[in-house]
Amino acid sequence: MNIILNGNAREYPDTLSATELLHSLGLADKRLALEVNQEIVPRSSFDNHIINPGDRVEIVHAIGGG
Amino acid sequence: MSTVMQVHAHVTTDPLFIAGVEYRSRLLVGTGKYKDMDETRAATEASGAEIVTVAIRRTNIGQNPNEPSLLEVISPDKYTLLPNTAGCYTAGDAVRTCRLARELLDGHDLVKLEVLGDEKTLFPDIIQTIEATEILVRDGFKVMVYTNDDPIIAKRFEEMGCVAVMPLAAPIGSGLGIRNPHNIMTIVENATVPILVDAGVGTASDAAIAMELGCDGVLMNTAIAGAQDPILMASAMKKAIEAGREAFRAGRIPRKRFASASSPIDGTFFQEDV
Repeated sequence: MNIILNGNAREYPDTLSATELLHSLGLADKRLALEVNQEIVPRSSFDNHIINPGDRVEIVHAIGGG
Repeated sequence: MSTVMQVHAHVTTDPLFIAGVEYRSRLLVGTGKYKDMDETRAATEASGAEIVTVAIRRTNIGQNPNEPSLLEVISPDKYTLLPNTAGCYTAGDAVRTCRLARELLDGHDLVKLEVLGDEKTLFPDIIQTIEATEILVRDGFKVMVYTNDDPIIAKRFEEMGCVAVMPLAAPIGSGLGIRNPHNIMTIVENATVPILVDAGVGTASDAAIAMELGCDGVLMNTAIAGAQDPILMASAMKKAIEAGREAFRAGRIPRKRFASASSPIDGTFFQEDV
Protein backbone atom coordinates (compact mmCIF):
# COMPACT_ATOMS: atom_id res chain seq x y z
CA MET A 1 0.00 0.00 0.00
CA ASN A 2 1.04 3.60 -0.51
CA ILE A 3 0.88 6.28 2.14
CA ILE A 4 2.13 9.85 2.34
CA LEU A 5 4.59 10.05 5.23
CA ASN A 6 5.73 13.53 6.22
CA GLY A 7 4.94 14.74 2.74
CA ASN A 8 6.67 11.92 0.85
CA ALA A 9 5.14 8.88 -0.82
CA ARG A 10 6.10 5.56 0.79
CA GLU A 11 5.21 2.00 0.02
CA TYR A 12 4.47 -0.75 2.54
CA PRO A 13 3.71 -4.39 1.71
CA ASP A 14 0.62 -4.44 3.93
CA THR A 15 -1.46 -2.36 6.31
CA LEU A 16 0.24 -1.89 9.66
CA SER A 17 -0.39 -0.35 13.06
CA ALA A 18 1.03 3.01 14.09
CA THR A 19 3.35 1.18 16.49
CA GLU A 20 4.63 -1.03 13.64
CA LEU A 21 5.12 2.01 11.42
CA LEU A 22 7.14 3.84 14.08
CA HIS A 23 9.13 0.71 14.79
CA SER A 24 10.01 0.33 11.10
CA LEU A 25 11.32 3.90 11.11
CA GLY A 26 13.46 3.43 14.21
CA LEU A 27 11.25 5.88 16.09
CA ALA A 28 9.49 3.50 18.46
CA ASP A 29 10.90 4.94 21.68
CA LYS A 30 11.13 8.57 20.56
CA ARG A 31 9.16 11.48 21.94
CA LEU A 32 6.92 12.43 19.04
CA ALA A 33 3.34 13.10 18.06
CA LEU A 34 1.37 11.44 15.27
CA GLU A 35 -1.35 12.79 13.04
CA VAL A 36 -3.20 10.72 10.43
CA ASN A 37 -5.37 12.58 7.91
CA GLN A 38 -5.19 15.66 10.13
CA GLU A 39 -6.46 13.81 13.20
CA ILE A 40 -4.24 13.29 16.25
CA VAL A 41 -3.57 9.68 17.11
CA PRO A 42 -2.98 9.53 20.87
CA ARG A 43 0.05 7.59 22.04
CA SER A 44 -2.26 5.21 23.91
CA SER A 45 -3.85 4.20 20.58
CA PHE A 46 -0.66 3.51 18.63
CA ASP A 47 -1.01 -0.27 18.96
CA ASN A 48 -4.60 -0.32 17.69
CA HIS A 49 -4.49 2.41 15.09
CA ILE A 50 -4.22 0.87 11.63
CA ILE A 51 -2.55 2.87 8.87
CA ASN A 52 -4.60 2.44 5.71
CA PRO A 53 -3.74 2.89 2.04
CA GLY A 54 -3.68 6.56 1.05
CA ASP A 55 -3.36 7.83 4.62
CA ARG A 56 -1.49 11.07 5.10
CA VAL A 57 0.74 10.56 8.11
CA GLU A 58 2.61 13.29 9.94
CA ILE A 59 5.20 12.48 12.58
CA VAL A 60 6.48 15.53 14.45
CA HIS A 61 8.83 16.35 17.29
CA ALA A 62 10.13 19.42 19.09
CA ILE A 63 13.11 21.30 17.68
CA GLY A 64 14.76 24.63 18.41
CA GLY A 65 12.58 27.63 17.68
CA GLY A 66 11.74 31.07 18.96
CA MET B 1 14.37 43.43 59.49
CA SER B 2 17.85 44.60 58.53
CA THR B 3 18.35 46.95 55.60
CA VAL B 4 20.04 44.20 53.66
CA MET B 5 17.09 41.89 54.20
CA GLN B 6 14.66 44.64 53.18
CA VAL B 7 16.51 45.16 49.91
CA HIS B 8 16.55 41.41 49.39
CA ALA B 9 12.80 41.16 49.97
CA HIS B 10 12.15 44.06 47.62
CA VAL B 11 14.10 42.43 44.86
CA THR B 12 12.89 38.88 45.16
CA THR B 13 9.17 39.17 45.89
CA ASP B 14 8.15 40.16 42.42
CA PRO B 15 7.03 37.01 40.66
CA LEU B 16 5.47 36.83 37.22
CA PHE B 17 2.19 34.92 37.02
CA ILE B 18 1.11 33.38 33.74
CA ALA B 19 -2.08 31.31 33.75
CA GLY B 20 -1.83 31.07 37.53
CA VAL B 21 1.71 29.69 37.55
CA GLU B 22 4.43 31.65 39.33
CA TYR B 23 7.78 32.36 37.65
CA ARG B 24 10.82 34.14 39.02
CA SER B 25 12.34 35.00 35.67
CA ARG B 26 10.74 37.56 33.38
CA LEU B 27 12.97 36.59 30.48
CA LEU B 28 11.55 33.97 28.09
CA VAL B 29 13.87 32.55 25.48
CA GLY B 30 13.68 30.68 22.23
CA THR B 31 15.87 27.75 21.27
CA GLY B 32 16.33 28.43 17.54
CA LYS B 33 19.42 29.43 15.58
CA TYR B 34 22.03 28.01 17.98
CA LYS B 35 25.04 26.28 16.46
CA ASP B 36 24.52 23.07 18.43
CA MET B 37 22.73 21.55 21.42
CA ASP B 38 25.56 22.41 23.82
CA GLU B 39 25.28 26.09 22.97
CA THR B 40 21.48 25.88 23.30
CA ARG B 41 21.84 24.37 26.75
CA ALA B 42 24.50 26.80 27.97
CA ALA B 43 22.77 29.94 26.71
CA THR B 44 19.40 28.85 28.06
CA GLU B 45 20.95 28.23 31.46
CA ALA B 46 22.81 31.56 31.42
CA SER B 47 19.58 33.40 30.61
CA GLY B 48 17.93 32.13 33.78
CA ALA B 49 14.74 31.65 31.76
CA GLU B 50 12.09 29.27 33.06
CA ILE B 51 9.80 29.43 30.02
CA VAL B 52 11.44 28.25 26.82
CA THR B 53 9.92 28.15 23.36
CA VAL B 54 10.23 25.20 20.99
CA ALA B 55 9.04 24.62 17.43
CA ILE B 56 7.09 21.60 16.18
CA ARG B 57 8.43 20.09 12.96
CA ARG B 58 8.41 16.87 10.98
CA THR B 59 10.87 14.26 12.18
CA ASN B 60 13.63 13.51 9.71
CA ILE B 61 12.65 10.14 8.33
CA GLY B 62 15.57 7.96 7.41
CA GLN B 63 18.22 10.11 9.05
CA ASN B 64 20.18 9.16 12.13
CA PRO B 65 17.49 8.40 14.70
CA ASN B 66 20.07 8.63 17.48
CA GLU B 67 20.89 12.30 17.05
CA PRO B 68 20.30 14.21 20.32
CA SER B 69 16.79 15.54 20.67
CA LEU B 70 16.02 19.02 21.95
CA LEU B 71 13.89 17.74 24.80
CA GLU B 72 16.88 15.83 26.17
CA VAL B 73 18.71 19.18 26.45
CA ILE B 74 15.75 21.37 27.36
CA SER B 75 13.93 18.98 29.64
CA PRO B 76 10.21 19.48 30.31
CA ASP B 77 11.03 18.55 33.93
CA LYS B 78 13.29 21.57 34.28
CA TYR B 79 11.66 24.16 32.02
CA THR B 80 8.13 25.20 31.14
CA LEU B 81 8.04 24.48 27.44
CA LEU B 82 6.20 26.90 25.22
CA PRO B 83 5.54 25.29 21.84
CA ASN B 84 5.11 27.91 19.12
CA THR B 85 3.24 27.97 15.85
CA ALA B 86 6.08 29.65 13.96
CA GLY B 87 5.84 29.14 10.23
CA CYS B 88 2.03 29.02 10.26
CA TYR B 89 0.21 31.36 7.90
CA THR B 90 -3.33 30.13 8.51
CA ALA B 91 -5.46 29.61 11.61
CA GLY B 92 -5.95 25.97 10.63
CA ASP B 93 -2.24 25.20 10.50
CA ALA B 94 -1.68 26.96 13.83
CA VAL B 95 -4.45 24.97 15.53
CA ARG B 96 -3.09 21.68 14.14
CA THR B 97 0.37 22.59 15.39
CA CYS B 98 -0.93 23.34 18.90
CA ARG B 99 -2.85 20.06 19.04
CA LEU B 100 0.23 18.11 17.97
CA ALA B 101 2.29 19.98 20.58
CA ARG B 102 -0.21 19.12 23.31
CA GLU B 103 -0.03 15.46 22.36
CA LEU B 104 3.77 15.58 22.15
CA LEU B 105 4.05 17.16 25.59
CA ASP B 106 1.53 14.90 27.37
CA GLY B 107 -1.35 17.34 27.61
CA HIS B 108 0.66 20.48 28.27
CA ASP B 109 -1.62 23.26 27.06
CA LEU B 110 0.40 26.49 27.25
CA VAL B 111 1.17 27.61 23.70
CA LYS B 112 2.62 30.58 21.88
CA LEU B 113 0.26 31.39 19.02
CA GLU B 114 1.73 33.21 16.07
CA VAL B 115 0.06 33.31 12.69
CA LEU B 116 2.19 35.17 10.22
CA GLY B 117 1.15 37.49 7.41
CA ASP B 118 4.12 37.40 5.06
CA GLU B 119 7.70 36.21 4.90
CA LYS B 120 9.26 39.61 4.45
CA THR B 121 7.97 41.21 7.63
CA LEU B 122 6.79 38.18 9.63
CA PHE B 123 4.16 40.54 10.96
CA PRO B 124 1.16 38.76 12.46
CA ASP B 125 -1.96 38.15 10.37
CA ILE B 126 -4.41 39.45 12.97
CA ILE B 127 -7.53 38.07 11.29
CA GLN B 128 -6.09 34.54 11.18
CA THR B 129 -4.70 34.96 14.70
CA ILE B 130 -8.14 35.90 16.05
CA GLU B 131 -9.69 32.88 14.33
CA ALA B 132 -7.07 30.55 15.80
CA THR B 133 -7.42 32.13 19.25
CA GLU B 134 -11.17 31.47 19.31
CA ILE B 135 -10.67 27.80 18.47
CA LEU B 136 -7.75 27.26 20.84
CA VAL B 137 -9.34 29.00 23.84
CA ARG B 138 -12.53 26.96 23.31
CA ASP B 139 -10.36 23.84 23.09
CA GLY B 140 -8.82 24.55 26.52
CA PHE B 141 -5.45 25.89 25.44
CA LYS B 142 -3.72 28.61 27.42
CA VAL B 143 -2.79 30.99 24.66
CA MET B 144 0.09 33.45 24.75
CA VAL B 145 -0.50 35.41 21.60
CA TYR B 146 2.02 37.15 19.34
CA THR B 147 0.47 40.34 17.99
CA ASN B 148 1.39 43.75 16.65
CA ASP B 149 1.73 46.83 18.83
CA ASP B 150 -1.90 47.90 18.37
CA PRO B 151 -3.49 48.60 21.78
CA ILE B 152 -7.04 47.93 20.53
CA ILE B 153 -6.16 44.50 19.17
CA ALA B 154 -4.11 43.68 22.26
CA LYS B 155 -7.17 44.34 24.43
CA ARG B 156 -9.34 42.19 22.14
CA PHE B 157 -6.99 39.22 22.63
CA GLU B 158 -7.21 39.68 26.38
CA GLU B 159 -11.01 39.75 26.21
CA MET B 160 -10.96 36.58 24.12
CA GLY B 161 -9.22 34.76 26.96
CA CYS B 162 -5.52 34.82 26.09
CA VAL B 163 -3.38 34.28 29.20
CA ALA B 164 -0.73 36.70 27.94
CA VAL B 165 -0.52 39.18 25.10
CA MET B 166 2.83 39.57 23.37
CA PRO B 167 3.20 42.60 21.11
CA LEU B 168 6.22 42.81 18.86
CA ALA B 169 8.74 45.58 19.49
CA ALA B 170 10.00 45.34 15.90
CA PRO B 171 10.00 42.62 13.22
CA ILE B 172 11.11 39.13 14.34
CA GLY B 173 14.88 38.81 14.18
CA SER B 174 15.37 42.45 13.17
CA GLY B 175 17.08 43.66 16.33
CA LEU B 176 15.60 47.12 15.78
CA GLY B 177 14.54 47.54 19.41
CA ILE B 178 11.35 49.13 20.77
CA ARG B 179 10.00 50.97 17.69
CA ASN B 180 6.82 52.24 19.29
CA PRO B 181 7.31 52.69 23.04
CA HIS B 182 4.16 54.75 23.41
CA ASN B 183 1.95 52.00 22.03
CA ILE B 184 3.67 49.40 24.21
CA MET B 185 3.03 51.64 27.23
CA THR B 186 -0.64 52.03 26.28
CA ILE B 187 -1.01 48.25 25.86
CA VAL B 188 0.54 47.73 29.31
CA GLU B 189 -1.68 50.35 30.95
CA ASN B 190 -4.86 48.82 29.48
CA ALA B 191 -4.02 45.24 30.36
CA THR B 192 -5.09 42.88 33.13
CA VAL B 193 -3.08 39.94 31.74
CA PRO B 194 0.72 39.89 31.42
CA ILE B 195 2.13 41.85 28.49
CA LEU B 196 5.40 40.55 27.11
CA VAL B 197 7.42 42.07 24.32
CA ASP B 198 7.97 39.32 21.80
CA ALA B 199 10.39 39.98 18.96
CA GLY B 200 12.56 42.88 17.87
CA VAL B 201 14.99 43.16 20.77
CA GLY B 202 18.59 43.65 19.60
CA THR B 203 20.65 44.15 22.71
CA ALA B 204 20.40 44.42 26.49
CA SER B 205 19.29 48.06 26.59
CA ASP B 206 16.28 47.20 24.39
CA ALA B 207 15.20 44.58 26.91
CA ALA B 208 15.67 47.06 29.77
CA ILE B 209 13.56 49.65 27.95
CA ALA B 210 10.74 47.15 27.45
CA MET B 211 10.75 46.42 31.17
CA GLU B 212 10.98 50.12 32.10
CA LEU B 213 7.85 50.68 30.04
CA GLY B 214 6.10 48.30 32.40
CA CYS B 215 6.09 45.10 30.38
CA ASP B 216 5.78 41.95 32.47
CA GLY B 217 8.47 40.16 30.52
CA VAL B 218 10.31 39.83 27.25
CA LEU B 219 10.55 36.85 24.90
CA MET B 220 13.59 36.76 22.64
CA ASN B 221 15.63 34.36 20.55
CA THR B 222 17.75 35.93 17.82
CA ALA B 223 19.21 38.67 20.04
CA ILE B 224 20.85 35.93 22.12
CA ALA B 225 21.42 33.12 19.62
CA GLY B 226 22.71 35.48 16.94
CA ALA B 227 25.15 37.36 19.19
CA GLN B 228 28.89 36.76 18.71
CA ASP B 229 28.91 35.19 22.18
CA PRO B 230 25.40 33.89 22.84
CA ILE B 231 26.15 32.73 26.38
CA LEU B 232 27.49 36.12 27.41
CA MET B 233 24.53 37.85 25.75
CA ALA B 234 22.12 35.53 27.60
CA SER B 235 23.70 36.67 30.85
CA ALA B 236 23.50 40.33 29.76
CA MET B 237 19.80 39.93 28.91
CA LYS B 238 19.08 38.37 32.30
CA LYS B 239 20.58 41.42 34.02
CA ALA B 240 18.88 43.88 31.68
CA ILE B 241 15.47 42.34 32.38
CA GLU B 242 16.09 42.48 36.12
CA ALA B 243 17.47 46.03 35.99
CA GLY B 244 14.63 47.28 33.79
CA ARG B 245 12.02 45.68 36.03
CA GLU B 246 13.54 47.17 39.18
CA ALA B 247 13.75 50.59 37.55
CA PHE B 248 10.07 50.35 36.55
CA ARG B 249 9.05 49.38 40.08
CA ALA B 250 11.28 52.06 41.59
CA GLY B 251 9.61 54.78 39.50
CA ARG B 252 11.86 56.95 37.41
CA ILE B 253 12.26 60.72 37.87
CA PRO B 254 10.32 62.98 35.54
CA ARG B 255 12.19 64.38 32.55
CA LYS B 256 12.94 68.12 32.85
CA ARG B 257 14.43 70.50 30.37
CA PHE B 258 16.87 72.23 32.74
CA ALA B 259 19.28 71.20 35.45
CA SER B 260 18.56 70.47 39.07
CA ALA B 261 21.68 70.49 41.29
CA SER B 262 22.43 67.30 43.18
CA SER B 263 24.45 69.01 45.94
CA PRO B 264 22.90 71.53 48.34
CA ILE B 265 23.15 75.13 47.21
CA ASP B 266 23.35 76.44 50.81
CA GLY B 267 26.51 76.25 52.91
CA THR B 268 29.20 76.65 50.28
CA PHE B 269 32.22 78.24 52.09
CA PHE B 270 33.05 80.64 49.28
CA GLN B 271 29.75 82.52 49.54
CA GLU B 272 29.89 85.99 51.15
CA ASP B 273 27.57 86.35 54.18
CA VAL B 274 25.64 89.56 54.04
